Amino acid sequence: MTWGSLNDFLVMGGYALYVWGSYGMAAVLAVAEIMALRARRRRAMDELRRARSAPDGSMR
Amino acid sequence: MLNSIHPPGGDPANAGARSSWFKYASPQTFYPLAGSLAPWFAWAAAILMLGGLYVGFFVAPTDQQQGESYRIIFIHVPAAWMSMFLYVVMAFWAGIGLAFNTRLSGMMASAIAPTGALFTFLALWTGSLWGKPTWGTWWVWDARLTSELILLFLYFGFIALQAAIDDPRRADRAGAVLALVGVVNIPIIYFSVQWWNTLHQGASVSLTRAPTMAATMLTGMLLMALAFWMYSIAATLLRVRSVILERERRADWIGQYVERPA
Repeated sequence: MTWGSLNDFLVMGGYALYVWGSYGMAAVLAVAEIMALRARRRRAMDELRRARSAPDGSMR
Repeated sequence: MLNSIHPPGGDPANAGARSSWFKYASPQTFYPLAGSLAPWFAWAAAILMLGGLYVGFFVAPTDQQQGESYRIIFIHVPAAWMSMFLYVVMAFWAGIGLAFNTRLSGMMASAIAPTGALFTFLALWTGSLWGKPTWGTWWVWDARLTSELILLFLYFGFIALQAAIDDPRRADRAGAVLALVGVVNIPIIYFSVQWWNTLHQGASVSLTRAPTMAATMLTGMLLMALAFWMYSIAATLLRVRSVILERERRADWIGQYVERPA
């Protein structure tokens, strides 16, 4: 084990900004993409429901 | 046109083989398949990522030269691999769509693009954060960095071009031409470190040379690469389902998948 304490781990041998900046961005992007995927599905489903519930069956 | 001479499905003599081959090439059959496959890939991604992070932070030793800053490698290299690999896959599907006029191929290409752009940006971002402590600069216009930046612009261009054209089939064709022309950039990125004198180092992993890094570092990197691979497949499958919903709005079969509002 490289790390003596939690603080050691967080300090990352003095490279905290660079290491956590990298992993943080990866996490932010993954979360953002997952949210965007959910939003896109919700939008597509809303649009589909609207198109299909048109009274005369007319669809754009 | 071939279609006016032959019935759909092509030559009747091998229609059986073709129909099974093309079965999953239709949005109608692929939509539920993608839906049932996506969670498996998502779980595989999560488990591999936990394993990769564990090995990367708690098993792999401190680097003699770079100290702890090298741990960026577990994101940087897999992200850079994915950025190139996803582009090739995207261009492949776009090209298939252009050649055979298959609808699902174009949908796959547009579903891959955002995830490819994400990994390209991540490779550039982590590279910049790694460059500062090791090279003393956030950015240099060397061949590797510049060609990777061009890759990001190719992804953005593909996405923007598709978004600018209303008719999806025409958007697919225009995007495919752009994607295929852009493929030339992939070998340039890959071989840039050999062709030019770059600040960026050469390949970290080679199939023909003995590994130059500790086995545990390599293990962590490969676990993260597999995780990113599984993540990309899951994200693409989920996105292509939305693309199908958007484009096949008028198809009868889609009625069964309309969900009640939550």
